[in-house]
Amino acid sequence: MTTGAVVGLSLVLFVLGVIAFFVKRDLLTQFMAVEIMLNAANLAFLGLAQGAERLDAQVIVFLVMTVAAAEAAVGLAIILLVFRRKKSIASKDFRTLRG
Amino acid sequence: MAADIIFWILAAVCAGAAGAMILVKNPGHSALLLVFCFSALGGIFGLLEAPFAAAIQILVYAGAIMVLFIFVVMMVDPRAGIPLEGRKRAKILGPAIGLVLLFELGTAVWRAFGRTSGPAASGAAGSPVEVGRRLFTEFIYPFEITSLLILAALVGAVVLGKKEQSEP
Repeated sequence: MTTGAVVGLSLVLFVLGVIAFFVKRDLLTQFMAVEIMLNAANLAFLGLAQGAERLDAQVIVFLVMTVAAAEAAVGLAIILLVFRRKKSIASKDFRTLRG
Repeated sequence: MAADIIFWILAAVCAGAAGAMILVKNPGHSALLLVFCFSALGGIFGLLEAPFAAAIQILVYAGAIMVLFIFVVMMVDPRAGIPLEGRKRAKILGPAIGLVLLFELGTAVWRAFGRTSGPAASGAAGSPVEVGRRLFTEFIYPFEITSLLILAALVGAVVLGKKEQSEP
């Protein structure tokens, strides 16, 4: 288990998140894809920090996770609101901002 | 050596669950696969000598956040207005962009770690005690700002959830 392998795994996870974000077309799964990308970033952080023997990474990961939790709560509330208004969570139904 | 085997198993579970999440149609199944993925990731965090991060990964991510997701999956109708077969363009363009990104980042990682990939140094274990001490001394301001952020998110979520009902 080398640092390179850990960073490689985080790379694969991040790319899978990006692909999921583009392929999926409902807000919920796209939001889950964002969570995958956040986790990939956390993994890269911890892997690189372990190679450098730094402890600060765990603190940063803790802060990232709290921000992610807050973001998930607000994001899901917004998705619920949008579903109540439009009766749909397909992202193609929300193009009001498109010119 | 055992750690290597466990790492590769967990990595396969993690990447496999994330890949399967792209393939399944039902958002509920996606959420469950994501629980798998995040739990395996928690195990990897443990292998990386970050027990505190592993614990909160399981508790916060696989526990709290994914339960929140599953609640929302139950509250909305996942099939409402979603055509299962989508535009061809997004189906092709998405993986294409992903592959380009994979190649680009992969080149960067290979340049950085390909040759000098010695075994990850082990030793200074990141014990939760030390993490807590750091959190309340060196990182006290970020910690307090995070608590403010959580409070704002809490109030925001409540207000967002309430607004629609007060309207006609």
